[in-house]
Formats: sequence, structure tokens, C-alpha cells
Amino acid sequence: MHSIAAAPHIFWAVLFVVLPLFIVVFYAFTDESGSFSPWNIAALADYFPIFLISLELAVIATCICLLLGYPLAYAIARAKPQHQKIFIMLLMLPMWTNLLIRTYSIMAILDDRGFLNTLFDTHFHIIGTKGAVIFGMVYDFLPYMVLPIYTCISKIDKHMWEAASDLGCSPIKVMTRVILPLSRSGIISGVTMVLVPCISTFYISQKLGGGTFELIGDTIERQFLNGARNIGAAISLVMMILILISLAVMNRFTDSDGEDGGIIV
Amino acid sequence: MKKYAWRIYLCLIFAVLYIPILTLILFSFNETASTAKFAGFSLHWYKELFSSPETFTALRNTLILAVLSSLISTVIGTAAAEGIYKMKNKLAKSAVMSVTNIPMMNPEIVTGFSMMLLFVAVAGILRMEYESIGFAAMLIAHVTFCLPYVILSVLPRINELGDSLSEAALDLGCTPVQAFFKVKLPNIMPGVISGMAMAFTLSLDDFVISYFVGSSNFQTLPLLIYSMTKKKVTPDMYALSTLIVVAVFVLLLFSNMKKSKGETKKVGGGKK
Repeated sequence: MHSIAAAPHIFWAVLFVVLPLFIVVFYAFTDESGSFSPWNIAALADYFPIFLISLELAVIATCICLLLGYPLAYAIARAKPQHQKIFIMLLMLPMWTNLLIRTYSIMAILDDRGFLNTLFDTHFHIIGTKGAVIFGMVYDFLPYMVLPIYTCISKIDKHMWEAASDLGCSPIKVMTRVILPLSRSGIISGVTMVLVPCISTFYISQKLGGGTFELIGDTIERQFLNGARNIGAAISLVMMILILISLAVMNRFTDSDGEDGGIIV
Repeated sequence: MKKYAWRIYLCLIFAVLYIPILTLILFSFNETASTAKFAGFSLHWYKELFSSPETFTALRNTLILAVLSSLISTVIGTAAAEGIYKMKNKLAKSAVMSVTNIPMMNPEIVTGFSMMLLFVAVAGILRMEYESIGFAAMLIAHVTFCLPYVILSVLPRINELGDSLSEAALDLGCTPVQAFFKVKLPNIMPGVISGMAMAFTLSLDDFVISYFVGSSNFQTLPLLIYSMTKKKVTPDMYALSTLIVVAVFVLLLFSNMKKSKGETKKVGGGKK
């Protein structure tokens, strides 16, 4: 009886979530006059190198986020409770500061004639390299990796650590045999929350890539600005399918349905 | 020794996280237009910022949009969470949950692009200019990407609460509607509030979806920042950003203080 309360939401989701996705499919398989055409999909072969480089940068950035973020989350979770709160707040402040602003200020610092090079009177060329884009991705999305892992580790029963070491585990074994497996769902939601925006970003590559190379997000944005909706839709469709497949694969590794640590704040 | 290694690690990461934000704040007080060399302290860029009507329009638009979209998504989302909880059919339930999760899982750029296609089609059918549905399009888009976060924040509370309280209310003569508003809603309020706060901040901060869906006659702050960073940037954007950082900081501090107060209350109430 009460399940009728979900009706407005279902109506809304069908109209504004599902229907638009069908329109994307429609655009991807038609030409500008609206008649069927396989050429948008066929033309995707030209964009294969861009897909590849986007994937490469996103995967590298996600790995770095995980390698830096896991110890950070661990350190925060082991700190005193009142310190934990401060650290989490310090982590959330950059997260809630607009991404455009953060990215822009990295550019202003690392630019050829930016703050860093002016301050030390050096001539490092950083902006325009892949490294700069990866740095930007790691900088912008690191908190999204740390928070779910932190939530997960801090929920682990303190007795687990003691029991493991009482039963003869070395500190390293406690880590690899107990803590890592128990924080798996946090790792997976962290990886998801970093990988997806990294693959689809266009602002970071525009500012920090200095226009020297294009990511798949830039391509979609360019098609959007040029009004080339059909090819833009085809690229979006492929990106969406790739991401949904990888999410489905990753979700197979979590036991709970995203209730732990899936959510920020 | 080990303890110090951890501390150094924490300090290093936080230093890197904060250096860009601190430089930004520093240069917002710069006397000259340079964002690389600090010439001297001045409030010039703040004056510049406050004298531009564009900033105020954008700020007003952003706030209107965030308030409306968080309210609408909270109402629809809370009702939806209750409805989903009551669903008996497992298959229907998981189908609804999957659709609910789509805007969270999908890259923002795809969500934005797909909604733009929908609104262009609607504008075409209604024979209207895209600009004239600009605000409605933006509001619909923001409600759409906020909804899953509200639902996922309310649903666990409803699950936790269970049925016994509202059943008691029904037995004592409440109508189902009364039982929901008088008994259930007050009990799930923390979830509702945090869902609304999340929706508000998401809407406030959104750039990608607004960029695709929006039109030139309805500019929000992130869109304004984007258009400012396309040109040669002057530090008035830094001034704007500094104000945003300070606002976020105050909000976080405030909500944290409130949270820890609430927690001590809970402990004081004898709940362990």
C-alpha cells in the first residue's frame, strides 16, 4: 500500500534518467536527419587512441590514489578520536572546494611562469605533460579514495587486531591477512569514486594538459560545443557501457550492497 | 620512531593538499594582477569582485537552485525511501534501486550530455527556444542527480527503525499518513537532514552537469568560474574562491561542532 510513495521517484527516474539514456542510444545510431546510420559507431575506431590514453592516465592516477590514500586512511583511523575528526574535516575542506578552483590554482603554481618557477627562479616545464594531468587527478580526487577506506577501517572491531597479534601474527601479517581483507569494500568504493571521474574529466586535462593532448571527456565536450550530437552520443554510449561493465565486475568483489563507506560525509 | 614516520606522512599529504588553496588565498590579496609574484597586500580584488553585478546574479542563481533542488529532492527522495522499504516484490525493489543508482554510477559528463539531448528534444517539441526552458532544465537536472544521495541517506534509517513503532501508532488509532508524519518522520529526521545537506552541497558545487544542461541566461557560480578561467585570469576569481573556501570551512566547522554535541548527548542519555 505504502509503496505508492515511491511512485513520484520512479516516474521522475524513468523520465529524466532512463529516457535520456534511450535518447543517447537513438542519437548514437542515427545521422543528423534522424535516419538510421551505423557510421557514428564505425567512426569510433578513430577515437580508440584517445580512449586508450584516457584509460591509461585514469588507471595510473587511481593506483597512485590508492597507494597514497590507503596508508593515509589507516593512519587517520588509528589516530585518537578527537584527532580523527580534525583530519577528516581537513580532508573534506578541499573536497567541498570547487574542483575548477583547485585545478586552476595548481595550474597557476606549476605554470612555466607560475608561482613555483617565479619563487625559485627556475624553469621547470610541468604543465602540458602527462605527469601534470595525473598529479591534478590525484590531487583532486584523493579525498574520495581516503574517506570510504577510512570509514571501513574505523568500523573494524579493535579486538580483531588484538586477536590476530595474540594468535601470533606479525604486524605485517595483521595488515595483509586481517585488515586489508576487511577493508576490501572501502577500497572498491574508493577506486570506483576515483576511477569514474578520472576517466571522464575534461577540465583537468584542459588546464593541466595545456591543450597538448585530448582525453575522452575533452572529445565529448568538443562534440557538444560543435553541435555534433550524434558522434558525441556514440562516444558517451561507449564510455557509459565500459564504465558500467567495470563497475559490475568490481561489485562482484563486495559482499555488502554498498552500505559501508559508499557514501561521503 | 614509527610514530614519527606516520606523522611526517600525514603532514606531507596535508601540506600538498593545502598548498594550492593557501596560495590562492595569498594571491587574492595581491596588489597587482599577477598570480605568480606577490607585490603587496591589498583588498583591491575583493572590491572589484563586489562591484561586479555578474557575481551577485550568479551567487543568487546558485543559491536559488541549491535551495529548490535540495527541497524537491528531499521530499521526493524521502517518500521514495519509504516506498522502497515497503516494497514486497524483491525483483521490483532491486530494479528500482538499480535505476536509482544510475546517476551516481554514470560519469557526470554522460548524465549531462544525455539530459541535454532530452531537453533539446522537449524544447523542439514545444517549439520553444532552449534558453526559455533554461532554468527548468537546470532544476530538473539538479534534482535528478541529488535524488540518489537523499534516498541512500534516508533508506538505512528507515531500515534500522523497522515497523514496530508505526504499527503501534496505527494500533493506537493513527491513520497511516499520521503514523508516518507523527512517528516515523521524526525518527528518521537525521537521515533526512543529512540527505538534504548533501543535496544542497552537491547542487552548489556542480559544474559538469550544469555546463551541459545550462544555457547562457542562467549562470551559476561554478559556470561563472569556468568562464572566468577561460580568459586571462585576474585575482578577482581568487577572491571569489577564497570567500567560497572560507564559507565551506565555517559550514564544516559548524556542522562538526553540532555533530559532536549530538554525540555527547547520546552518550549522556545512557545509550552505549
